[in-house]
Amino acid sequence: MAGYVIRRLALVAVVLVAVSFLVFAITAILPANVAYLILGPFAPPEQVKALELRLGLNDPVLVQYWRWASRFITGDFGSSMLMNRPIAPILSEAIQRSLVLTLTSFVLIAIIGVALGVAAALRHNRPLDHAVSVATYLGIAVPEFFWAIVVILVFASYLGWLPASGYEPLSAGFWGWAQHLIAPTITLVFAHLAHVSRLTRSSMIEVLQSPYVMAARAKGLPERVVVVRHALRNAMLPTITVLALDIGRLMGGIVVIETVFGYPGLGRLLVFSIQQRDIPMLQASIVVVAAVYALANLGADLLYAWLNPKIRYGRSIA
Amino acid sequence: MPAQLKAGLVIVGVIAILGLLAPWIAPHPWDTISIRTRFQPPNATYWFGTDEYGRDVLSRLLMGTRLSLAMGVGATLVSVAIGVPLGLMAGYFRGKVDEILMRAADVLMAIPAIMLGLLVLAVTPPALWKTALAVGFVYIPPIARVTRSVTLGLANEDFVQAARARAESTGYVLFREILPNAWPPLIVEASLRVTYAILLGSALSFLGLGAQPPSSDWGLMIAEARAFVDRAPWIALAPGFAMCLLVIGINLVGDGLRERLDPRLKGRVEKV
Repeated sequence: MAGYVIRRLALVAVVLVAVSFLVFAITAILPANVAYLILGPFAPPEQVKALELRLGLNDPVLVQYWRWASRFITGDFGSSMLMNRPIAPILSEAIQRSLVLTLTSFVLIAIIGVALGVAAALRHNRPLDHAVSVATYLGIAVPEFFWAIVVILVFASYLGWLPASGYEPLSAGFWGWAQHLIAPTITLVFAHLAHVSRLTRSSMIEVLQSPYVMAARAKGLPERVVVVRHALRNAMLPTITVLALDIGRLMGGIVVIETVFGYPGLGRLLVFSIQQRDIPMLQASIVVVAAVYALANLGADLLYAWLNPKIRYGRSIA
Repeated sequence: MPAQLKAGLVIVGVIAILGLLAPWIAPHPWDTISIRTRFQPPNATYWFGTDEYGRDVLSRLLMGTRLSLAMGVGATLVSVAIGVPLGLMAGYFRGKVDEILMRAADVLMAIPAIMLGLLVLAVTPPALWKTALAVGFVYIPPIARVTRSVTLGLANEDFVQAARARAESTGYVLFREILPNAWPPLIVEASLRVTYAILLGSALSFLGLGAQPPSSDWGLMIAEARAFVDRAPWIALAPGFAMCLLVIGINLVGDGLRERLDPRLKGRVEKV
């Protein structure tokens, strides 16, 4: 197991280096000339040349990459071109806000998804089962931004319970902070519930028909114990993998959701830096996202391997 | 034929026909601006209402159908055209080729799909065909992976050995012996990818990195309707429900095909 963990960690490191290079290479061919962008369209050519020289923009891409990467490793992410502030604090604030949003959504997805899946499995082919299937099918069949608009329409415009968009820091009061969190969370949860609930349902149905569950029932154990202690424990295995994949999906989801709700997290920062061609910011935020994503996938694999010793760790799962 | 496959084919078929016939059956011009007819709620003349420029929502929706279908099918064709040969090579040659290709896939899959799309599109001024290319590019790795795993299973089959013993060229073995037998799971995978492509493409359009005004791409329609959702919710709801119907239809086809063609794949977990 230890060897497996080390090999996987090394692979994550390699992937991250490659991602950072990929991002760097793509941004290096951006048509917008950085020096031009900073000085504005009417800057005299000499001035542009001087700034290019100062920023090292005429060096080969590999040299530029090395300069950037060696600073990046030490936590010096450089400065945002637009906000003219160091990137690290901006990024860490955005990450914290996004973490609150994704973790809340994640916990709710896990709890509600598993509960719905179990409830549907216990009433296999009865009305509740079909209702859950239809609802979760709708959840994934529609893009998140559309659900976001529906949530705004219902909770902000029609009911007037929640603000349509924006953010308030926790220091300004708990209720204001929580209010701005509810609508994006509802949207994320609904859009991502389906994978968890559908998989839990299908593996529960399978497990509930297995001989050992029949044996547990035959022993006269109460149904609660049979369902929770015997069936659910085994049925949860595939669900755990899907849950970890959901961390990745949520990382993608926040791009759109934060933009729609004007929530100042990592996703909106990323869209903003692309729209404004803030290249240093873009590079740093993508690498951070890839790191979180890769670690979540690694965590899922490790957890799965740990929970299910039957798995053989061949090179193919890497 | 499984019931869901039938239902899915009907839904997708009807939508595709409506999309193809759009220029002839649209009740109004889709791009004519008229101040007098702004923000009309659904009525007898404008079944789905009008938008902020007084354009007929139904006509725009019908024209947008083509764009969504083209996005889904076009992007998927791109990822199949590149991903399938790569996957065949990885699974057949194994060793170094496999290692390099799959590590490259790991790198691309280490970035959430939408961010990879954003990154690719950041390089050029937006246009819908570029978005379709970018979406196709994003989904090359998963297609290559599925192809690889199918190929791994087929590479040692007797008929492949026989072709090799006949000294057939590698290209012949890959494309004439292995590929025809690998199609069923690939078709299932590709059909489900179409929905991912439609959703991702519309999200990118929504963020301004796809179709540009006055296009009636559904994602763009929803993005533009956002500002008026209080006073004219129908402008946003119509394309949303249309997309919902189309995606459900394609999902039904994909699930139905899966049941029909490859029962072992049922309930498999797929990384988006």
